[in-house]
Amino acid sequence: MSQVNLTINGIPVQAKAGMTILEAAKTVGIDIPTFCHDPELAKVGACRICVVEVAGARNLPAACTVPVAEGMVIQTETERVRAARKTILNLIWANHPQDCLVCEKTGSCKLQDYSYRYGVSGSIYKGQKKEIPFDDTNPFFFRDLNKCILCGKCVRKCHDINGVGAVDFMWRGFKTMVTTPFDVPIEESSCVFCGMCVDVCPVGALTPKQGLGQGRSFEVDKVFTTCPYCGCGCTLYLNVKNDKIVGVTPNFEGPINGHLCVKGRFGWDFVDSPDRLKTPLIKKGGQFVEAGWDEALDLVAEKFKEVRAQYGADALGGFSSARCTNEDNYLFQKLLRVLGTNNVDHCARL
Amino acid sequence: MASLATAFGSGAMTNTIGEIEEADTIFVMGSNTTENHPVIGYRIKRAVRKGAKLIVADPRAIELCEYADVFLQLRPGTNEALLNGLAHVVIRDGLTDEEFIKERTEGYEELKAALEKYTPEYVSEITGVPAADIEKAAHLYAKAKAASFLYTMGVTQHTSGTNNVFTIANLAMLTGNLGKRGAGVNPLRGQNNVQGACDMGALPVVFTGYQPVTNDEARAKFEKAWGVPLSGKPGLTATEMVNAAGKKQLRALYIMGENPMVSDADINHAFHCLDSLDFLVVQDIFMTETAKIADVVLPAVTFAEKEGTFVNTERRVQKVNQAVKPRGQARADWEIIRDIANRLGFDWKYKKAEDVFNEIRQLTPSYAGITYGRLGVTGVHWPCPTEDHPGTPILHVGKFSRGLGKFTPIEYTPPAEEPDEEYPFTLTTGRILYHYHTGTMTRRSKGLGEIHKEEYMEINPADAEALGVAECDMVKVTSRRGEVKTKVKITDRVPKGVVFMTFHFSETAVNLLTNTACCPTAKIPELKVCTVRLEKA
Repeated sequence: MSQVNLTINGIPVQAKAGMTILEAAKTVGIDIPTFCHDPELAKVGACRICVVEVAGARNLPAACTVPVAEGMVIQTETERVRAARKTILNLIWANHPQDCLVCEKTGSCKLQDYSYRYGVSGSIYKGQKKEIPFDDTNPFFFRDLNKCILCGKCVRKCHDINGVGAVDFMWRGFKTMVTTPFDVPIEESSCVFCGMCVDVCPVGALTPKQGLGQGRSFEVDKVFTTCPYCGCGCTLYLNVKNDKIVGVTPNFEGPINGHLCVKGRFGWDFVDSPDRLKTPLIKKGGQFVEAGWDEALDLVAEKFKEVRAQYGADALGGFSSARCTNEDNYLFQKLLRVLGTNNVDHCARL
Repeated sequence: MASLATAFGSGAMTNTIGEIEEADTIFVMGSNTTENHPVIGYRIKRAVRKGAKLIVADPRAIELCEYADVFLQLRPGTNEALLNGLAHVVIRDGLTDEEFIKERTEGYEELKAALEKYTPEYVSEITGVPAADIEKAAHLYAKAKAASFLYTMGVTQHTSGTNNVFTIANLAMLTGNLGKRGAGVNPLRGQNNVQGACDMGALPVVFTGYQPVTNDEARAKFEKAWGVPLSGKPGLTATEMVNAAGKKQLRALYIMGENPMVSDADINHAFHCLDSLDFLVVQDIFMTETAKIADVVLPAVTFAEKEGTFVNTERRVQKVNQAVKPRGQARADWEIIRDIANRLGFDWKYKKAEDVFNEIRQLTPSYAGITYGRLGVTGVHWPCPTEDHPGTPILHVGKFSRGLGKFTPIEYTPPAEEPDEEYPFTLTTGRILYHYHTGTMTRRSKGLGEIHKEEYMEINPADAEALGVAECDMVKVTSRRGEVKTKVKITDRVPKGVVFMTFHFSETAVNLLTNTACCPTAKIPELKVCTVRLEKA
C-alpha cells in the first residue's frame, strides 16, 4: 500500500494511504480524544470530540473519519481545537448527572478524563435534564441512560460484532435514547448479555452489577488468563482487589478476542461461592468428615496400593478432566501409567 | 477425532477461528454455535453480513438458521446420509476438485462407487430434507473458493459418530477444502481444555502428542523418561471403565474435575457401576453429584487460583495465571497428583506448573518449541517443533499429516433407537447459552443462575397441543432407562416428534433417559438420540 507523508503537531509522519488522521497520529504516539470511535467498528464521526485543525481546511474535521492526504499539516491541540472540545464537553455536561463520587465508572470514564484534560467542571449551559428511570432489572448490568452520551458504540457492537442487534437509537432530538425495540426490558429483548456494550461504554451508562462498589479501575490488578468455559479460549483479565475477583476485562489485544460471551464476562463469581470445597473429606459411616491433607492423601495412596497388589494395575482407573490445565492432565495420566495401567480418559466424548 | 486422524493423520481443528470470516461458504452441522461457542457464533454472523453463504444442518431451527442460505433440518441421527447425499451431488454435477483428489488423496474410486445410491431423492427419504435443498447446499459448498466446515457434538454423539466425521472429511477432500485459508474441517471443542487433555495423553491409547502406547518406540521413550516399565495394553475409555466397575473388574477410580453422575448417559446405570467400586476418590471444586458418592473428596482450586496452560479449539496453547490465593485448603490439581505419586513411592520434584510443562515439551514433539515465556497474550498454535518455529495455525498445507488424505466410504446406519408406538418421540440433548455442562459452575454464578433457573424441555406446538400441555406445564418424560419430570417450553425450534433437553440441571437429569449405545470406534454414547414417551404430569 502506498505511503503518505504528512505532519502532525510538527512531527513528520509516514502513514499508509487510507489511514485516518486518528490512526496516523496514534502511530507517532499522539493521543486524540474519542468517544464514539472503536477500532473494529464502522467510523461514524458522531461525537466530534476528536476534531483537529488541518491547514487550509475551513472547518475542524473529525480525525476519526478523515483519511490522511499527502502534505497534510495537522494540529491536534490548538486553542481553536481545545475550544471546540470544551464546547462539546459543556454540552454533554448540560445533561449528565454529576455523581462521579459514587459512579462506578470513575477512573475509567472518558467524560471524566477529558473534562480533566480540558479543565471543564460542569456546564455553562442550563436546560432540561433527562429523567429516564434507572434500570436494574437484568441480572448482569445496570443501565443508567441519563448518563448515556449517545456515542452509539454499544449499538454498533451489538449489531456489527455480536449480531443480535438488541438495542438501537429510539426517538429523536433531546428524547433520543439507546434501548430495545419498543423499550421492552432488556432481558425480554434479543440481548444475550455478552457484555460488549458494557465494555465499550465510555461513561457510566452501562456498568456491571457484580463488583459494584468493590474497586475502582485504578485500584485493581488485572491478571491475564484464559476463560474456563467453552473451547473458544477467549483470553481475559481478571480484575483483582485484596485477593478478590471484582470484575473481568476482555483482552482487546487477543487474536480472536476483545469479545466475550455472558459466561466469560459475567460467570466468574463461582470462584467465591460459599459452596466451594474447603478441606479434604473422608466418608466415615456414610457421612463425610473433614480431614487433613496428609490423612486424605495417605488413604488414597494406601487404597491404590491395595487394589493394585490384590487385583493388578488394570483394576485402577482415572477420569482426567477437560476442565483442568495441561499440567494437571499430564501428571494425571502419568500417575496412572506409572502405576501400570492405561485406564485413563476424560469427558471429551460428553 | 478418530476419523480425522485416519483421514488426514491429525485429529484436530484444521484452521483457525479468525479465518471463519475469510470463508466464502460456511457449513455448520450439529453445532448450536451462537449458544455453545458464542464468540465463534459472532464470527459466523459477521461473515454472513459480509457476504459469505451459510449452510446450517441441524434437527432444530437454531438461531443461525435465521442467517442461513440453506437450512437442512434433518431427522436426528441421519448426518452421514445427508453428507453422502451432498457428496453424491458434488460428483454427479462435476463439482469436484480433480487436481486435489489426484494429487493429495487416495480411495476416490471406492468412495465414488459407494456414493452412487445416495441420490438426493433417496437421501431425502432418510433425512426428511427436501432433495432440492441437498442440491443447493452441495453447490454452495463445492463452488466456494474456500468453504469452512464447522461441527460439534450433534455430529459426534451418535452411534454413527465416527462415520459422520468420515463423511465430512470426504466432502471436504472432494472439494479441495483443506490446507488453505478460510477452509478446513473444524470440530469446535466444547470445553476449555478438551484439546489439551487429549494432547496430554489423557486418553487410554496414547501418551502426549498422540504417541501410541502400543508403539514400542514411544513406550521406550516414556519408560526412559519416567524410569518405570509401562503397559502397552490399551486402556479402557471412560464409558468402558464405568461398565468395568459394574463388573468388579475395575476396583478403584480417581475422578478429577468430572461429574459423570450428571453427564454420563443412563445415570442409573452409571450410579450402579460407580457404587460397585471398592474405592472412589473425587477431586473437584464443589460437592458434585459424583463427589457425593465418593469415599474421599479432595478440594481443588479453580482456574483463577492456579497457573498452567489451556489449549483452545484451534490448537492455540494459552496461559492461565493465578489471580487469587487458593480458597480454604484447596490445592492445585497437579500438586495433589504429585503428592499422591510421592506417597506411592515415586519421586516427583515439580515445584511449579512450569516444571511440568517443561517435561511435557521434552516428551512431545508438537509442543517442543512452546515455552511459558513465548505464550504472551496471544499464545502459540501447535505443532511447534522448535523455539524459533512460529507455530502452525493451518494444518495440512500442501500435504496431509499422514501423506495422502484418505477417502472412507460410509454407509448410513440408523440410530440405536427409533421412534415406535411405545416411545414415539425422539429426545435430543445439548446446552444453552447461560449454562455450561453439568452446571456446577454456572448455577453457582449469581447472574447466570438467576436468568435461567431450571430446565424447560422444548416441544413443538402441535405435539404440545396433542398432549394437552401449555407453556411451563410439567410433563413426565420416560425412556427405556428412566424418567424425569420437567417444565415445557413450546416452540417451533423443534420439529414435530422431536423434543430437546439440556444436561445442566441435576434435578431434571436428562441423562437418566439417554442411551449408552456407543459409537463402536470413538465410544461416544448416543446422547443426541433416544426415544421417549411423554405424559402430562
